[in-house]
Amino acid sequence: MKRAELVMAGVLALLSIYLMWKSTELNVGYIEGEGPGGGAWPFWLAGIMLICTIVIFVNALKGKTVPSRSEEPMLDGYGKKMLLQVGGGILGFIALIDIVSMYGAMFFFLLYYLGFLGRHTKLLTITTAVITPIVFFFFFEGLMRITMPKGLPFLEPLFNVLFDIIY
Amino acid sequence: MIEILGQLGDGILMSLQPVNLMLIVIGVSLGLFIGAMPGLGSVNGVAILLPVTFLVPPASAIIFLAAIYYGAMYGGAISSITLGIPGASTAVATTFDGRPLALKGRARLALVTAAIASFIGGTVANVLFTGFAPLLASVALSFGPPEIFALMLLAFATFVGLGGDDIAKTIFSICVGLVLASVGFDQISGEPRLIFGGISGFLHGINFLVLAIGVYGIGEMLWTIDSTRGKITTTETEMTVKGTVDDAKEGVRRGWKGTAIGSFLGFFVGILPAAGATPGSLMAYGVAKMVSKTPEEFGKGHPGGVAAPEAANNSASTGSMLPMLTLGIPGSPTTAILLGGMVIWGLTPGPRLFVEQPEFVWGLIGSFYISNVFALIVNLAAIPIFIWMLRMPFTLLASMIFVLSVVGGYAATRDMHDVWLMLGFGFAAFALRKLDYPLAPAVLAIVLGPIAEPTLRQSLLLSSGDPMIFFNRPIAGPITVVALVLILLPLFKMISQRRKAST
Repeated sequence: MKRAELVMAGVLALLSIYLMWKSTELNVGYIEGEGPGGGAWPFWLAGIMLICTIVIFVNALKGKTVPSRSEEPMLDGYGKKMLLQVGGGILGFIALIDIVSMYGAMFFFLLYYLGFLGRHTKLLTITTAVITPIVFFFFFEGLMRITMPKGLPFLEPLFNVLFDIIY
Repeated sequence: MIEILGQLGDGILMSLQPVNLMLIVIGVSLGLFIGAMPGLGSVNGVAILLPVTFLVPPASAIIFLAAIYYGAMYGGAISSITLGIPGASTAVATTFDGRPLALKGRARLALVTAAIASFIGGTVANVLFTGFAPLLASVALSFGPPEIFALMLLAFATFVGLGGDDIAKTIFSICVGLVLASVGFDQISGEPRLIFGGISGFLHGINFLVLAIGVYGIGEMLWTIDSTRGKITTTETEMTVKGTVDDAKEGVRRGWKGTAIGSFLGFFVGILPAAGATPGSLMAYGVAKMVSKTPEEFGKGHPGGVAAPEAANNSASTGSMLPMLTLGIPGSPTTAILLGGMVIWGLTPGPRLFVEQPEFVWGLIGSFYISNVFALIVNLAAIPIFIWMLRMPFTLLASMIFVLSVVGGYAATRDMHDVWLMLGFGFAAFALRKLDYPLAPAVLAIVLGPIAEPTLRQSLLLSSGDPMIFFNRPIAGPITVVALVLILLPLFKMISQRRKAST
């Protein structure tokens, strides 16, 4: 995991430099009569971040940190598969929201997660995947008056039916 | 004093009238549920139900809203402990130790500790409110920008000085949180700042719930699945009366210090304008860790780490009512809505309110006591339901956590940009967690950043750029010195260890 820690420290150092550079779009010094400029706070904080990443890098190089002493890889076969299946599932869920609405995406995600990853029975999977979005719909749209994304127009007739129940 | 007790007695009797009592029970139950839903907090509940209160007299209306506020403070802990997602901003700090306790199979201990600490925090705050309202309001007003910044510095210092984690990584984590908090518009000049190529989603800033849900709802869940190889036993707790009583005793024994700190500190931070229950609970967590004999256990499942923020958020919620009622200054977003409600009901908050509307004020204070008792009862009664939830097969629970995270991430700001950002934070948190970066300080910093930056800038403006303003004021000075000592503590420890090693 040592290499991963060194790479991460390097990436975070670059991020810190980028943030320092972006902060200079506003004044990073002291303006007489106005106090510190708008960029000063993030600029100096990013500066501290940069110093921290250098310390982290040196500590990792010397093997002073727990991850740098570990012989295990950052992600083994199981980790990679898990990240792909679970992380990919959440990514797919979010990507589907603009197409099939928050509730539709929830339905497909639950089908995938419970049926494919969880290997639950068809009855439990379908029941949960159908009931959960309906409960969420009435809670958010009806009770809390919070509008969730409704996806593409082809779903409008379905939502009209549900809204008729609320109003 | 006798006069105050008499008025309080009248207020409590008024709260016990059937209509008001019913409103308290409904309000507490609704608040509990709203508080437990990620992305929703007391502010949503109070705002949405404000119009309903026009159907009842003003005193009953504010009693109802105060009960929702109370219930939400209790409810936030539920999802923090059982699901690992902060139900409300005020329960972010409860996740730090509540979730590890649940993963160890000690969810019942965490839930019981949270309920008892909340009750004690609420009670202490009620007593302070009853006895010292006008006095405390004037003390709070003496806190200017340097004093508030010194308090913020102290909160960060507790994480640096006493964390068992890598110090460089802790400081990095705090700074990342503070920089993320500065995204959006510069609060003083009004110019856009760190909007990364003009991406419009960054203009409204980064809501701390987006980071908190990303870190805990997604990042921490991915890490848990990876580190346990998917074989997770969330809890093996059986619901028995004896077990619950034993957990209550353990919660009190190991969490009393945190409860005491949270009760008093939370109340005071709650009083401060623009502070409120979220910074109060985070600061109480930091101070409880600081004074603990075993600070290294914090973050790994210490009941004190649950008790402190829970006592503090309840205490602060009462505290934030104080400047609202006595000065007409809201201490939190929720009290700002309550203030608006009072104006609509034809009441004028301020020093004259206690004289002109004693029935209203004391009815409200009386309802705090009654709501607190009912919130404890409802919460304890519902613990078996929360434990049952944890017994669900993990894939079922995990899928619900991910669904709640995405929905909560959207509900917080109603912007899909933030949902994507939350996912990004989740993946980043997973990688950083694998490499032992502490993430709680980043969450603390994004909450306190919007208070810390303007107070620092205002202070330096007041002193024409002289940083001595943080040292030569009677309240700010000692707080700043303690904070600096804490920040330098790891350095002192390192020097002393090297000396020991060389001798």
